[in-house]
Amino acid sequence: MTAVNDVTFEVSKGETFAFLGPNGAGKTTTIKMLTTVLRPTSGTLELDGLNPVTDSTEVRKRFGVVFQDPSLDSELTAWENIDIHGVLYHVPRRVRHERGETLLKLFELWDRRNDLVKTFSGGMRRRLEIARGLLHTPKVLFLDEPTQGLDPQSRNQMWTIVKNLNASEGVTVFLTTHYMDEADRVANRIAIIDHGKIVATGSSAELKQQTGTDSLEAAFLKLTGTTIRDETFSAEDRMRQVSRVWRR
Amino acid sequence: MNVVYILWLREVKKYLRSKTQIVASLGTPLMYLAVLGFGLGPVFRRAGEGSYLQFMAPGVIGMTVLFTAMFSGIAMLWDRQFGFLKETLVAPVPRVQIMIGRTLGGATVAVLQGFIIFAVTLVAGFRPTSVMSVPLAFLLIALIAIVFSALATAIGSSLKEMAGFQMVMNFLVMPLWFLSGALYPLQGLPAALAVLTRVDPLTYGIDGVRGTMIGASHFGIPLDVGVLLAVGVLFVTAGAWRFSKIEV
Repeated sequence: MTAVNDVTFEVSKGETFAFLGPNGAGKTTTIKMLTTVLRPTSGTLELDGLNPVTDSTEVRKRFGVVFQDPSLDSELTAWENIDIHGVLYHVPRRVRHERGETLLKLFELWDRRNDLVKTFSGGMRRRLEIARGLLHTPKVLFLDEPTQGLDPQSRNQMWTIVKNLNASEGVTVFLTTHYMDEADRVANRIAIIDHGKIVATGSSAELKQQTGTDSLEAAFLKLTGTTIRDETFSAEDRMRQVSRVWRR
Repeated sequence: MNVVYILWLREVKKYLRSKTQIVASLGTPLMYLAVLGFGLGPVFRRAGEGSYLQFMAPGVIGMTVLFTAMFSGIAMLWDRQFGFLKETLVAPVPRVQIMIGRTLGGATVAVLQGFIIFAVTLVAGFRPTSVMSVPLAFLLIALIAIVFSALATAIGSSLKEMAGFQMVMNFLVMPLWFLSGALYPLQGLPAALAVLTRVDPLTYGIDGVRGTMIGASHFGIPLDVGVLLAVGVLFVTAGAWRFSKIEV
């Protein structure tokens, strides 16, 4: 099965780039390829001038990623999660501690650093994942539906912090979301993908103008249609369902 | 080296924190020890084989190590989609280091579980021939743990669905345990069973533990150690290879 086919786009340094599309459009597949966990069958990828397929180790040092499904160890404390990340990314101990402290304070998790992650709320886990992803000072931060299932307060706070870091550290942010208002607010540029192909790119204003609509949501629906996308139910989805029951 | 250490430490820490898991995992071996150990004891004695408890205690220790090691690898399946494994897979470190760290961690946990059961068998009345034999026996137990931890990693890396777990339990773990000669002597078996027991690596592990602890080995300790080492190298290689192929 082909998830994405002939997708071409470029993201500039320091940009906040939103990658939007209906379910099953190929957003996650694209992120997986850029973050070296999936190999493309054809085409070329480049991240900071390097090829994720051939220079995977170098590329991995340059990005931080928050996947759609959680990747924290919930049986460890917040600090242990941060610390292990630091070791995996060869961040020197002193830097690890300083930056870990700064980031946890920024994401308002410092007071809970010694608590097990399994006692954290969904929003706190997400914040911790983002903080962890930034620990090694990456050039690019990938966020795959980071605000899914969060309340407006958590979403607002998360994007405020991310935008601030984007401005202060110049980290490029590559995000996907189903909340059009978020993309409208935080992204400098937006690409809309559907059926594995890019159907439009530009700023929010440009997309509205192109489609003759007055909101990003309307532009999105005009570009991608109003039909419901029913993805095939994969083994992954089945496990996702079970995980909701066995919420750890 | 740091990477291997921190991932090993993670497994051990998690084990020591999960009191419920420790207690729960002692259930099955205790049942075997109590029901079979005391239930079959009189028959075994009448058959002129001496104390059944002396005979089966090493087998129950081996069983604990087998089950714990196999579980650690199968937990990986879950970890891949909803846990920490993905975090390690995109880290800029060679996968083989991650695999070694995890496998050694799983093996250490299995040895610790084995030690608890060993203590329980002592309470039940099991007596190794000498105190000196215990450290030697635990070297063999460590080998068993590494062999099956690596096998579990290889399997965990290849499975895609939780349902596969049942398959592994019923068609691999249970046969490995029942064919290992943990519960019956290897002499005078029907030909087919004799062949099967000799194919099972756990047979050599338990035979080695029996050889060191009660001085009754069927194959001789050098052969036991040799087989475990050879199978260990094979499984670690297979595990590293399968682990390097994981796509999430």
